[in-house]
Amino acid sequence: MDRKTIILGVIGADVHAVGNQILNYAFTDAGFHVVNLGVMVSQEEFIEAAIESAADAIVVSSLYGHGELDCQGLRDKCDEAGLKGILLYVGGNIVVGKQPFDQVEERFRQMGFDRIFGPGTSPEEGIQALKEDLGVA
Amino acid sequence: MRQVLLIDFGSTYTKLTAVDLDAPRVVATAQARTTADSDISTGLNEGLALLEKEAGPFRFEARLACSSAAGGLNMVASGLVPSLTAKAAKLAAFGAGAKVIQSYAYQLTREDAEEIAEIRPDILLLTGGTDGGNQETILHNARRVAGIPLSFPVIVAGNRSAREECAEILSPSPHPVFCADNVMPEMNRLVIEPVQQVIRQVFLERIISAKGLSETQTLLDGILMPTPSAVLEGLKLLAGGSNKRAGLGDLVAVDLGGATTDVYSIADGFPTRANTMLKGLAEPRVKRTVEGDIGMRFGARGVLEAVGEEAFGRLTGLSDDIIEQVVAKYGAHPEALPTNPDEEKVDFALAVFALRTALARHAGTLEKVYTPVGPMYQQTGKDLTCSRRLIVTGGALIYTGQLGNIIREALVQDDPWVLTPREMLWRCDQGYILSAMGLLSGYGRDAALELLLGAFGKEEEDAACK
Repeated sequence: MDRKTIILGVIGADVHAVGNQILNYAFTDAGFHVVNLGVMVSQEEFIEAAIESAADAIVVSSLYGHGELDCQGLRDKCDEAGLKGILLYVGGNIVVGKQPFDQVEERFRQMGFDRIFGPGTSPEEGIQALKEDLGVA
Repeated sequence: MRQVLLIDFGSTYTKLTAVDLDAPRVVATAQARTTADSDISTGLNEGLALLEKEAGPFRFEARLACSSAAGGLNMVASGLVPSLTAKAAKLAAFGAGAKVIQSYAYQLTREDAEEIAEIRPDILLLTGGTDGGNQETILHNARRVAGIPLSFPVIVAGNRSAREECAEILSPSPHPVFCADNVMPEMNRLVIEPVQQVIRQVFLERIISAKGLSETQTLLDGILMPTPSAVLEGLKLLAGGSNKRAGLGDLVAVDLGGATTDVYSIADGFPTRANTMLKGLAEPRVKRTVEGDIGMRFGARGVLEAVGEEAFGRLTGLSDDIIEQVVAKYGAHPEALPTNPDEEKVDFALAVFALRTALARHAGTLEKVYTPVGPMYQQTGKDLTCSRRLIVTGGALIYTGQLGNIIREALVQDDPWVLTPREMLWRCDQGYILSAMGLLSGYGRDAALELLLGAFGKEEEDAACK
């Protein structure tokens, strides 16, 4: 089993399920073992799933604008739970309103995310990034 | 006339039920003190003599037994994350009829190992990691357990990638090792039947003789299962029916004992209200939980602590001092019966709060979440609010004349987020029919179902006890 395991889910009180299904399909199709937690996933659920399944990355989606609040402290909790250095991605419509993306990216980087994707990112971009970061040929 | 004898070796009483398979009907019942500390067949023979006197002579074509004598089946469960594999391990052990004395999450420490050595479990269940997931913890725990200088069976049911290595680590130790499929092969998916089968097999092959219960082997066709499993088998048959007769559908049962309270549910427990999403580990349709701190005597203190003196005072109208006094007395004297009106009131309140607390812990919970598209609900565990049938058992309840009032009061639940049953038709299992028929279900399924439906399924009586 050298397939890389990624945890996928939509964080917080966000119920947008369509993008989640598309990513699940695309990542699985690209050869990843996807543990999809669906929508309305808490930070704790992401972390517990990553522990039990020895995941290589956590991919957080958010569409409803509250992503910045929902994601705060996730990296710290990962560290606390022994998931030190686990790859953290976030993507979608992750902040309120329209803000310059470089500022958004910087804030999420400060929060400990390795890669930040804005609205309209194609699944292929995410797959390419995962492959690079996880060293998959 | 084809006759079958069903025996339940209880911790205190050995209960015998003689069944005529052809009629089918219960011909006679009898009970005698369990003699687990000397030779368990002494008590059995006494019971048999009583049975013969009542309706003999008998010629049994089969003698089937279940047992909770000599402490029942005691297990220790270990897993990785508390709400995931550690919970899965516990659910699996409970469902196999065991008492889970202690459960552990994450890596076992040296102190944990010492505690396990003191507990001396009948079986230790090692889990952790989804298939292909975390191996580190279960391997670490296998090494810890291997270092415990006792000999108890260890069942490995975690991440399949780590199974062989766990077995290798444990094989030089004194513990016999058994393997089963992972209790949680992928996130939130519970697979507990395979490990329950292995628990059953270990119980049959090893635990019975280790507890000195095999002396009876010449008298009967073997002890088939722990008593709670027999109860579960009976409930499953009653709920599900056979291909010839329909069962009753979803059921909840509570066994209120002196020290512990068991709750059983045969129900999917899917959400019953709109905009509700199921979260976390999907619970099994056939679920059993044991509340080790809730009971009528040894467990009286636990009941008081769980609900608080204020609630007790409100229900009984007694002062905190009197309540405290009676609870202390019951805790110290498990055989005590109420001797005055105050004690009767406390007894009543204990039964109400024990049932209510045990049901609340067994059932799931609901949480309201405000989202941009309006309020949504998240459900954890089972929604039993629409379960309509309750079976109660347990000496404490059977002999009180207040059963109807106790149940009515116990089903009152002020917290709308606790998904316990609210309105139920109830029945009392006076003759320990559930465990007897659970045993019989593996031998004469149709007869067992007919007797169960006869005891618990009469519609006209349902109307009366509503």
